[in-house]
Amino acid sequence: MTDIATERAGRLAAEPLREAGPRPGFVSGTLASLRDIAAHRELMGFLVRRELKSRYKDSALGFVWSLIRPLAMLVIYYVALGKFLGAARSIPDFAIFIYTGLTAWGLFSEILTVGTASIVANSGLIKKVYLPREVFPLSAIGSAVFTFVIQLGVLVAATVAVGRFPTGTRWFYFPVSLVLILVLATALALLLSAVNVYLRDVGYLVEVALMILFWTSPIVYSYALVHQQLKGGTLEQLYLANPITLVVCGFQQIFWVAGDGQPMPDHLGERLGIALAVSVVLLWVCHRTFARLQANFAQEL
Amino acid sequence: MDGTPVIRIENVSKRFVIRKEKSLKERVVNFGRSNLHKDDFWALRNVDLEICSGSTVGLIGPNGSGKSTLLKLIGGILQPTSGSVHLRGRLAALLELGAGFHPDLTGRENVYLNASILGLTKKQTDRHFDAMVDFSGIEPFIDTQVKFYSSGMYVRLAFAVAVHVDPDILLVDEVLAVGDEQFQRKCLERIRGFQHEGRTIVLVTHGLDQVAEFCDSAIVLEHGVVTANGKPREALKVLRADFEATRQEEVDRAKSAEDEATKRPLARFTGIALRSDSGATGHPSLKTGEGLTVAVEIEATTPLEDWEIGVGITTPLGTALYGTNTRLLGVRLDRHVGTGRFEFHLGQLALGEGDYSVHTSLTGADGTEIDTVPQAAEFSVEGDGRSQGALAAEAQFAIL
Repeated sequence: MTDIATERAGRLAAEPLREAGPRPGFVSGTLASLRDIAAHRELMGFLVRRELKSRYKDSALGFVWSLIRPLAMLVIYYVALGKFLGAARSIPDFAIFIYTGLTAWGLFSEILTVGTASIVANSGLIKKVYLPREVFPLSAIGSAVFTFVIQLGVLVAATVAVGRFPTGTRWFYFPVSLVLILVLATALALLLSAVNVYLRDVGYLVEVALMILFWTSPIVYSYALVHQQLKGGTLEQLYLANPITLVVCGFQQIFWVAGDGQPMPDHLGERLGIALAVSVVLLWVCHRTFARLQANFAQEL
Repeated sequence: MDGTPVIRIENVSKRFVIRKEKSLKERVVNFGRSNLHKDDFWALRNVDLEICSGSTVGLIGPNGSGKSTLLKLIGGILQPTSGSVHLRGRLAALLELGAGFHPDLTGRENVYLNASILGLTKKQTDRHFDAMVDFSGIEPFIDTQVKFYSSGMYVRLAFAVAVHVDPDILLVDEVLAVGDEQFQRKCLERIRGFQHEGRTIVLVTHGLDQVAEFCDSAIVLEHGVVTANGKPREALKVLRADFEATRQEEVDRAKSAEDEATKRPLARFTGIALRSDSGATGHPSLKTGEGLTVAVEIEATTPLEDWEIGVGITTPLGTALYGTNTRLLGVRLDRHVGTGRFEFHLGQLALGEGDYSVHTSLTGADGTEIDTVPQAAEFSVEGDGRSQGALAAEAQFAIL
């Protein structure tokens, strides 16, 4: 045997035997999984880049397209809802208002749709190579965040353009709202991507659920209108239990400077905090469920 | 080679449930009766294996015998239904070349992506990048999108990435036979390099010659059960015997179907005996250059007309070394019914040291096979220790 060979044999002899594949255990596996994922963060970077590059490959406008979609939506809502239906009359700076909501919403819905499909879309890899499968839904987040950052840039530029750039304590809502979206969307994306392997109906279910969520959040109409109708009753509390509502309101608190003085949910900060805490627990539960379900991915795909 | 076990497979079974329903509706409708809509398929049953560091192991077996499933279990891609798989060291699996290549990315981008999938960091890939491109030999196209690659180029690039990862254990599934001959040689060289560096290689292949050439040991799987585990030669013998049994079965089935129509003659070998010139029988041991007599007994239940008997010598790995038959010898056999004895004498066998087997065949005039016995009898040759290989020669050496 050569030196390299003996050295390798010696090194291997010193290593303990480990189990092939993902570690079992609902609680004990968490740390191991996290370590696994951390070890593959570079791969996630590559996957995000692959996703982004291939998305607009061969198109002349490239990344501009990730701006055009929300801008088109903005124009439609602004004209149809704002002008024709007259929503703009009761909502100052209607364009900023709508774009704020759409930006937050876009991040959530993209993570959810792309994330849910991610495992099935990467079935070729999953069947052939062992990787911590979490990297696929997680890299969906990466590409969604990229789009989000572009839109956020446009939003900030717009606030500057109308001369109402958000300053000071308003930004307090930013980290909480953003982290809440990310944690909640990640939790759901992990769970749904895993379930989607066994039941392909999930993809369609997500579409419908997203549509309902979109209209039950104050994105294209203001919270003031809801407040008027429900008058602070149980139904309004129920409405406020929707974390997306909270996030959208949080974003509006930051960027919709003209909306100061408009009614906002009371205790928004506390509500966001509670939603975040719940989402973190949810994320953990969803991840462990994912870990449990992933054992059979390769044969179900 | 005794070493540290790097792969330990304990009592592993793998069951696949074949479901006939997929949608939510079907599952709800059939809820409670869902067992009726399931089929169990055991891909592996109670497999126990231990593979030591530095060894090269061939996994062989007929199609659908569970080879790839076993490899995927080792790779952690599938989970065993029962039992456990334990590993030591870093593992890379080449189950499919270019898994994860994205057609829209350029060769360069795909190299980084694929290397990352196989567990290389960006820094390591940077270091090996030139070597990878060089190895693949497609440098002019490295910045072209891979969807424009020919299949050969694709595979070359994929293999180049794969061989530059630094695994302790390498799992290879049927991917060695890629590219043109020159590239294949390069791949095999690389595999030898891996062996030299003490890496453990588990190889699934149908190229039995590759097994004989590369592997320290071979494992034969059959219907999910390990039927042989040992020296490649022994394992190949088991596998060949198994293939032969399957083939014979098929022949028999075809025969019984055909018999009615064509009235093919029914005959078979009932006995085969070997005798060396020096008189040894049974499993005779010959000296190089000695002759061998092959006596066969044939029982024909229907008359044989215009027929031939053939004998041949093969190595234990199944390579044919010699063969002859009555037609080639210029003998015409008469019509024959019932039991008959015949004898071939093969004189002056210039064989090197080793074990050999004799196969016999019974053929009709039109070339239809009536009966064959692939490993009818065995004999061994004692060499003088002056040579290796199947052929013996009078060797002289002189300094001029």
